[in-house]
Amino acid sequence: MLVTNIEILPDKRIMEHLGLVQGSSVRAKHVGRDIMAGLKNIFGGELKGYTELLQESRAEAMERMIEQAEAVGANAVLNVRFSTSSVAAGAAELFAYGTAVVLE
Amino acid sequence: MIDLIILVTLLALGYGFGSYAESRHYKSIIARENRLRHIPAVTSRFPPMNNNSRDAELVSGSVVISVDYFKRFIAALRNLVGGRVTSYESLVDRARREAILRMKAQAEQLNADIVFNVKLETSSIHKGRGNSIGSVEVLAYGTALKTQQ
Repeated sequence: MLVTNIEILPDKRIMEHLGLVQGSSVRAKHVGRDIMAGLKNIFGGELKGYTELLQESRAEAMERMIEQAEAVGANAVLNVRFSTSSVAAGAAELFAYGTAVVLE
Repeated sequence: MIDLIILVTLLALGYGFGSYAESRHYKSIIARENRLRHIPAVTSRFPPMNNNSRDAELVSGSVVISVDYFKRFIAALRNLVGGRVTSYESLVDRARREAILRMKAQAEQLNADIVFNVKLETSSIHKGRGNSIGSVEVLAYGTALKTQQ
């Protein structure tokens, strides 16, 4: 499964468009992480726990998008976009969407 | 009285650790930017249409950075009189550059030599007390390509 965020690939031709596919994931970290983040708010610096959390959930959103693309018989997802929104304090929704296509 | 002591301690801790962490972070950002200079990240949407470009792959980098207590205090004061909030400017600047560097590092691992259609997304994940910004998340993503034979 090829995943990119450009619309045209230089070395491949698009044979068929299969429409939008999407995946999302909402996650929260356990309280310990939130307390650590609270401490970091005093000292400043990177919140590794949250970075990790967002990377994990973004990977999961992508996986779900790819699953959907496989289900409609695509072999690539083009023009992928990400979007993030915080649903509640300490929880975030990650959303990935793109166009499923069949490449030659 | 005790409240005042706590506030001053927090401000001192924030100032000390915060400025140390920031200068160290900037040093590492500049060093890595120089090292990864050979992989340009461009916002152009269309790759060159020759047959040399190949192996497109999505790369991304993300980071969550928090501002320290002292800077947040200064920003709150700045809100009273208005003007540039320099303490938050350096926060988002560091976050963006770090995210782009992580994306480039991923591209380097794939032996790509250019990253196309770079998009940056910023969101505030963890709100502090009241309405103040606690920390920002920046995501940078793009398509890594090999353009040389």
